[in-house]
Amino acid sequence: MKSRLLYLLPLGLFLVLALYFAVGLTKDPKIIPSALIDKPAPEFTLPPVAGGKTPGFATADLKKGRVSVVNVFASWCVPCRAEHPEINKLAKMGIVPVYGLNYKDTPQAARAWLDKLGDNYTATGADESGRVGIDWGVYGVPETFIVDGTGRIRFKHVGPIVGDKLEKEILPLIRSIQETGK
Amino acid sequence: MIAELGHFALILALFVSAVQATLPLIGAHRGDAGWMAVARPAALMQFLLVAVAFGCLMNLYITSDFSVLNVAQNSHTDKPLIYKISGVWGNHEGSMLLWVLILALFGSAVAAFGANLPPSLRARVLSIQALIAVGFYLFILLTSNPFERLIPAPINGNDLNPLLQDPGLAFHPPMLYLGYVGFSMAFSFAIAALIEGRVDAAWARWVRPWTLAAWCFLTAGIGLGSWWAYYELGWGGWWYWDPVENASFMPWLAGTALLHSATVVEKRDTLKGWTILLAIITFSMSLLGTFLVRSGVLTSVHAFATDPTRGVFILILLIIVIGGSLALYAWRGPQLISTGLFQPISREGGLLFNNLVMATATAVVLLGTLYPLLLDAVGGGKVSVGPPFFNAVFIPIMLPMIVVMAVGPMLNWKRGDWRAAVTRLWPAMVAALLAAVGAWALVTDGPFLGIVGMALAAWLAVGTLVELTERLRLRRDGLGRALGRLARQPRASWGMTLAHLGLAVTIAGMTGAGAWVKESIQVMAPGDTVTLAGYEFRFDGAQDGQGPNYAFTAGHFTVSKGGRVLVVLDPEKRVYNVSGQPTTEAGIEPTLLGDIYAVIGDRGTTPEGKPGFVTRLYFNPLVAWMWGGLMIMIAGGALSLSDRRHRVGAPARRAAVAQTAGAD
Repeated sequence: MKSRLLYLLPLGLFLVLALYFAVGLTKDPKIIPSALIDKPAPEFTLPPVAGGKTPGFATADLKKGRVSVVNVFASWCVPCRAEHPEINKLAKMGIVPVYGLNYKDTPQAARAWLDKLGDNYTATGADESGRVGIDWGVYGVPETFIVDGTGRIRFKHVGPIVGDKLEKEILPLIRSIQETGK
Repeated sequence: MIAELGHFALILALFVSAVQATLPLIGAHRGDAGWMAVARPAALMQFLLVAVAFGCLMNLYITSDFSVLNVAQNSHTDKPLIYKISGVWGNHEGSMLLWVLILALFGSAVAAFGANLPPSLRARVLSIQALIAVGFYLFILLTSNPFERLIPAPINGNDLNPLLQDPGLAFHPPMLYLGYVGFSMAFSFAIAALIEGRVDAAWARWVRPWTLAAWCFLTAGIGLGSWWAYYELGWGGWWYWDPVENASFMPWLAGTALLHSATVVEKRDTLKGWTILLAIITFSMSLLGTFLVRSGVLTSVHAFATDPTRGVFILILLIIVIGGSLALYAWRGPQLISTGLFQPISREGGLLFNNLVMATATAVVLLGTLYPLLLDAVGGGKVSVGPPFFNAVFIPIMLPMIVVMAVGPMLNWKRGDWRAAVTRLWPAMVAALLAAVGAWALVTDGPFLGIVGMALAAWLAVGTLVELTERLRLRRDGLGRALGRLARQPRASWGMTLAHLGLAVTIAGMTGAGAWVKESIQVMAPGDTVTLAGYEFRFDGAQDGQGPNYAFTAGHFTVSKGGRVLVVLDPEKRVYNVSGQPTTEAGIEPTLLGDIYAVIGDRGTTPEGKPGFVTRLYFNPLVAWMWGGLMIMIAGGALSLSDRRHRVGAPARRAAVAQTAGAD
């Protein structure tokens, strides 16, 4: 009897997996609430990516009275590569400063990545150990935060900003926070 | 006309496979020879029909018939001929057609060369193959028809993704699919054996060559893909743990385990239930890979079809094929009786250890690949699990296996003496020590893992050679008689020796390239020189030009060492006319010690204010060893495949011999 159960185990495991797949198919990359929403951004100071073009940044940069965007990225993350043109587009609009949080990456790889895909970040902080990422509640990349002028996290987007997400979700949110948050 | 012909041939293939999936299976159940005999002509006919359909699609691509949607979306008149041909499988619909073509090819190979199989087993195997085929024909015809018309036809097409316009990638998918789909043979044999309720040495001997062939192709396919990533993506890297890479790696891991456990079934009549399960898992991993890539549930650079209806279809297919076979396994598996007993320390024990490690590694890669999906399903959002996870978990799992890999072949079947084996492996220990010290002395600032990797590579290589000399009884009988035995070694055992040596060389290459890479990124003006790993890279400027369907900027670097000019590298940055997408062609000079690698990027300004270009220069140590080691592994597999006991007609004659050989 016991060995019977053992032979059933693979089937059981597969069915659980299949259930996950079925649920997974119904999902889209979507916005999820974060425990940090409406909380002040964590205290941190990040050095720049060694040898990079832009300086690092710290909590104080997010409290200058302007709405800002913090984009968590890594050169090893494929969805980041997909969303990067959209991040560049947002940064070039010049309506908000866009900070890059380079998560668990080597400076060489990060520099190469930015050289190739374009670096329009206002500043880029290197979080090589991932310590600051933990404070921000990052559990995967890419993630994008919108922080209001007082340094409170107002919105978190998990997953790549691709397709019409920038126009349909991110920009309207930035505008509404800019109008009401000042 | 051609498109309709191809479409029609594909529909006919569906009907033929439906017949092939049912009649022989019923015939085998009833013991009706006539019904069972349907399988062989049906399998051959099915292959012929798919080949016609595939030929039609290829014709449409070569003639640039843009009235066909698939061609219009993925081709262009300016594209060189080779990429018009590879464009056939460079898209979702065409690649699925290639998938069924290869499935039918394997089926027809059983029909053509399986004369020595028991008729009922052959009938069942071909029926199972056809059952899988029915699912995929329906999938293609209902959700992904490559022959769909586009009226009115556009003047020109959208072009193939420029990243895919590359000789390395042109042959990567067919190789990969020959591997993926090749494992369907092991699967069909496993299901047929479960239905028959019998697994014996003869069964294992029939399964092994198919598995081995699939394994060789898959190894080649993964190697080509990795090679492509190395020179085309221009990051100096060769493995990114991308979901699609993982999708090809999981069947490879499971298939490698299957190869080894099938040996145990063949020689020792044990581990039967486990081997059957591995056969099911290996092919399931191939199917799962298809699902992950095609359904768009995971984000990847490779994912060219992201359509939920297709995802639902493949999921249903997965549940029927994998769920069905695992249910059959749960029902019939306990009836498989193994007769061979063995001690934990024995050749079987070593092979079982390999199996456990490979299975764990497969599970780890699966978990890492699916984690974003699992998290999303419980409302966690989309995330990406990157190399940090895989490197931290996968490498430690594999290390003990490499250690055991040198010991296992030294042990006897049934009961081994590990102390004696380890004692005789002293040359390997000395080699490992020397390699570690050498690595530490040469690269003082490298990571610790680099030293471990080199020691393991030396341990495995020398250990494998020690095992060879043991087998030749070199120390007991002297060089003359040992050389005589060397010539008489069966090719299968040569295959093992070569494959293990190849892995040792590959590990050395991966260690060198992974741990000791040197890179330098900067803006260089013409005339500037950068020194990296002892090589002087002089940038001689760049000029623009026009390729067949792209514009390019070609940079020129003169690389010299100690004042002597070694090579001139001409990396290119290309922008494709139709899509506007840029690609990188790295300039690479491969040497035995490492690759000199240069990439040219965008225009920039040097710190002194001179106009120049962003350049990335690398020295990738021992990369050539990685590709070389893979080739040695494939050669080992091919050599083992050519062993006379696998050849047509041989198994029946050799069965008695093999059994006595296994018993000594």
